[in-house]
Amino acid sequence: MKPVRVIEGRAVPLERSDVDTDQIIPSDWLKRVERTGFGRGLFSEWRDDPGFILNDQRYVGANILVAGPRFGTGSSREHAVWALMDYGFAAIVAPSFGDIFRNNSSKQGLVIVHLAQEDVDELTRIVKEDSTRLVLIDVDQMVVEVPETDWQRSFALDPLIRERLLNGWDDIGLTMRREASITAYEARSDAPTLEGVFDDAGHVVAH
Amino acid sequence: MAGQTLFEKIWNQHVVASPDGEATILYIDLHLVHEVTSPQAFDGLRLNGRRVRRPDRTLATADHNVPTDPITTPVNDPVSRRQLEALEENCHEFGITVFPRGHENQGIVHIIGPELGVTQPGMTIVCGDSHTSTHGAFGALAFGIGTSEVEHVLATQTLPQQKAKTMAVTVNGKAPRGVSAKDIVLAIVGRLGTGGGAGHVIEYRGEAITDLSMEGRMTVCNMSIEAGARAGLIAVDDTTIAYLRGRPSVPEGDAFDERALHWRSFTSDEDAVFDAEIVLEASEIVPYVTWGTNPAQVVALDGVVPSPDQFEDPDERNSTERSLAYMGLTPGEPIRSIPVDVVFIGSCTNSRIEDLRAAAAVAQGHLVAAGVRALVVPGSHRVKRQAEEEGLDQIFLAAGFEWREPGCSMCLGMNPDQLGAGQRSASTSNRNFEGRQGRGGRTHLVSPVVAAATAVLGHFASPEDVGA
Ligand code: SF4
Repeated sequence: MKPVRVIEGRAVPLERSDVDTDQIIPSDWLKRVERTGFGRGLFSEWRDDPGFILNDQRYVGANILVAGPRFGTGSSREHAVWALMDYGFAAIVAPSFGDIFRNNSSKQGLVIVHLAQEDVDELTRIVKEDSTRLVLIDVDQMVVEVPETDWQRSFALDPLIRERLLNGWDDIGLTMRREASITAYEARSDAPTLEGVFDDAGHVVAH
Repeated sequence: MAGQTLFEKIWNQHVVASPDGEATILYIDLHLVHEVTSPQAFDGLRLNGRRVRRPDRTLATADHNVPTDPITTPVNDPVSRRQLEALEENCHEFGITVFPRGHENQGIVHIIGPELGVTQPGMTIVCGDSHTSTHGAFGALAFGIGTSEVEHVLATQTLPQQKAKTMAVTVNGKAPRGVSAKDIVLAIVGRLGTGGGAGHVIEYRGEAITDLSMEGRMTVCNMSIEAGARAGLIAVDDTTIAYLRGRPSVPEGDAFDERALHWRSFTSDEDAVFDAEIVLEASEIVPYVTWGTNPAQVVALDGVVPSPDQFEDPDERNSTERSLAYMGLTPGEPIRSIPVDVVFIGSCTNSRIEDLRAAAAVAQGHLVAAGVRALVVPGSHRVKRQAEEEGLDQIFLAAGFEWREPGCSMCLGMNPDQLGAGQRSASTSNRNFEGRQGRGGRTHLVSPVVAAATAVLGHFASPEDVGA
């Protein structure tokens, strides 16, 4: 993944809670075998509604999504992250997130900004009042701010995730540095394997 | 020093390395794979010239996309067909055992792991699917992962992990008659809310839990994710061991008894301390129906549709209004008076043999109400075969239910089994999200017996309502 240090752009206020990953990218879109092109499916059931905020001309091109509590709960589909990023979002600001969604985001470089509910409400108010406001997210300093106002908040980021974001590190590469430990673990583990359970055609081999 | 929780025991036994300042590298004993969340992971392997480290710890099945029509019917949707083909090609290329559509061992990934006995106590199990928590019923640490992590496990057989917190959910006392495992877990999700379990691994305990069969325990652990939890666990006991005996991938004879002895160590120590704890009284649990668009929005079958005014929190009031509008419901309406268009008995929550037996017992001798479409979708070919041996298919067919081939089916409507816009279902699945079963569809989650009774009467109903 690409390193992410600073995200600067406009923010769109979603003002919805419990946005599960089925809403972010409906299952119809999950049949694809590619990793790209999911942006068109983002919130696709809501986008038919002309009143939906992403259809509001004032917020076109925004790259920060401000949402309500429990964003990204439900299904483990990483397609939700791919869809948000393919559409153009680089960060999500919300009071809480689904665990797997948060994990998936960190693998792709989608920045998760976890703020208190009041702070999310304030940021929502600011960008509702003026859709042209620039919002700045500094991953290194772990600060989100609206320049030219005095609104600035710190947010917490797992130190490992922060480092990975800043360096654009690939997890598999990181783990493979521990290959010797994995091999040693395998030598001492007696957990059963599927060896000899199924034949080549997947039928159970009789005992 | 306090004793260890079940979670800590499994965790500690799987630590490959915990380098200072870095995430723990956790070994994964079993990786289950399906067609939807794996193609991009296999692509990543190819792109980087990597191989699958342990094909002997990896098992794949087709489930999400498969049509449930007779297997002689081709897969008409070209995108679904491509995905199903890709699974087979990838597994052949990388040497992984795969059960394609129609294979005797094929079925929903969380049904086949346990029934084949590949899910065993004390294991770490992952799958690119949030309902991997199902396998926790066996005292295994099982959790859902995203596609990048699928690729990571394929390549390294490990995952970098932050240790989760632990939560004990105790359900005291005996469950009243007519209350099923599904009602118990709906009560728990209703109590915790969709975020209440976030960051935690839940261990379910108490008499009402240990009284459950393995099928019921799987139903409970399955929906852990609906409370936001990473995983669900239930300690190993006689029920666990009895279920595993004779399964295709467990040893036989003395070797089995030796294994079983080891398995029995997977319980929490008596003095183990959990980070959080909640207690429910089984006597207060009743049959439930969800009324809204998240699984925590539950109400008693005997109750009425709630009103937004009942909620003080403005956010909750707001989301209640939105849910009611989407669901097309009016506050105060008795749940029993709500008519349904479709009844779906299936999914990794409730499509095991016991679920089908329970539903068949209610449906027997009755007819599906006029205008209602009712589907029974067994969780796997093995479940289907056993049900047919027991004559359950004939009971369902005589009552006017459709008897389908196994798969995820209408749980998420990736195959042709979908709700139409505005159609209302009673579904034994786990998610009532907007559009989950088809665009504009309205889903109510229920137990298998409530689903069967609802099919017969055409509105939400209990087995007693049909005289069962
Ligand atoms: S049955 Fe439903 S919840 Fe279970 S794995 Fe399939 S789609 Fe997911």
